[in-house]
Amino acid sequence: MREITSEEVTKAVESLCISSNCKLSEDVWKALREKLEQEESPVGKEVLEEILQNDRMAEQEMLPMCQDTGFTVVFVEMGQQVRITGGDFYEAISKGVSNGYRKGYLRKSVVRDPLRRKNTGDNSPPWVHIDIVSGDRLKISVMPKGAGSENMSTIKMLSPAEGVQGVKKFVLDWVRERGVNACPPLVVGVGIGGIFEGVAKLAKKALLRPIGSKNPEPFYAQMEEELLKEINNLGLGPQGLGGSTTALAVHIETYPCHIASLPLAINLQCHAARYSTIVL
Amino acid sequence: MLNPTKLETPLYEETISKLKIGERVLLSGIVYTARDQAHKRLVDELESAKRENRKPLLPFPLEGQVIYYVGPAPARPGMVIGPAGPTTSSRMDPYTPGLLERGLKATIGKGKRSKGVIEAMKKCKAVYFVAVGGAAVLISKKIKRAETVAYDDLGPEAVYRLDVEDFPLIVANDVYGNDLFDEGIRKYRKIQE
Repeated sequence: MREITSEEVTKAVESLCISSNCKLSEDVWKALREKLEQEESPVGKEVLEEILQNDRMAEQEMLPMCQDTGFTVVFVEMGQQVRITGGDFYEAISKGVSNGYRKGYLRKSVVRDPLRRKNTGDNSPPWVHIDIVSGDRLKISVMPKGAGSENMSTIKMLSPAEGVQGVKKFVLDWVRERGVNACPPLVVGVGIGGIFEGVAKLAKKALLRPIGSKNPEPFYAQMEEELLKEINNLGLGPQGLGGSTTALAVHIETYPCHIASLPLAINLQCHAARYSTIVL
Repeated sequence: MLNPTKLETPLYEETISKLKIGERVLLSGIVYTARDQAHKRLVDELESAKRENRKPLLPFPLEGQVIYYVGPAPARPGMVIGPAGPTTSSRMDPYTPGLLERGLKATIGKGKRSKGVIEAMKKCKAVYFVAVGGAAVLISKKIKRAETVAYDDLGPEAVYRLDVEDFPLIVANDVYGNDLFDEGIRKYRKIQE
């Protein structure tokens, strides 16, 4: 067994909270720059320029690029030979979030109770997804998820007969209706298959894939490409003000499902497609 | 920005009637911040004042004023305000017509407004500006002074009085009922509906 202390976990999460909020990863930078070159609308071009300028300033001054520093989503891949010592694992992650949001001057955007709505004051608790994998490493990814795009996400249990066309139509109609308010240009995370709660996780996990990556199966890689083209043909444009850049990428993740089911989930991500990963 | 129009608050009907959708604006002067919870309190007060037949007690005047939908991040020591980009305006749609009727002249946020708000803007001669969602650091540099004027207990949702200089905006709805979202998207749409 390889031992990792809960303190190391807390420190890692703390630093990931700050870095993810202040610094875009290279794949997102590259995608935004490319789209600025290609954008057809003058207003759209100005919007993209303003976004890039903002994100540069954020990185230089280590300030959060968006005031909505999100609900903190933490993805963990824990090697089955890892043992956490010195404290509770979930508490260690939660403490990392609390420290990171305090030290990084990040906005505290979490309420304790969904209906009584009192702020927890430190952005805890995060939502933690854990997958057990082989090996002795611990991989932690932090994705601060803003509400603007999260609120424009959905799950639909399709009928298997609806097939490829049904999936594409639902995604396209959804982005047309809801994309404007999700702060485009978007990353569109699509989950297909599995079960009700699992398909939502697939859609969110799809957002962790670097922009430019393709689904390993050519069938789905092609569907990603076709959907991206069709979404950009919708004309929503940067911030929904019209233009040729509505999405930076479409990522599809799938899982086997029941003979009678075709679950579909769409998790939209704004242009501040933030995530940071560390491997301990 | 392409040929921006410089505007100063308070806003008057005569000035804003000249604005057209898609026009770039640099706004200077005072804007008040308010989002979900603050709107609820403002509108609750207007309604109870009406019921009780008294003058409403509002934390700031509405006549000729501008509301910016924002919940800033905390300011680091030495900074005027933390990053402060717009939040989604549609959540404020149910409250907006009531405020426009009381003389509010403009709102600033991101995303589309409802048909009801667009109608109310036409009727009350008001406009809606969009600021770029996510451009929070850039916008915070245009804020020269910030003070809380009400609802301290709401934290990032409190009402602030901001002194802004050349705040970059785009006119999304003018006083004539036009909508940049509809027109812009129609212009760049490449598929059959």
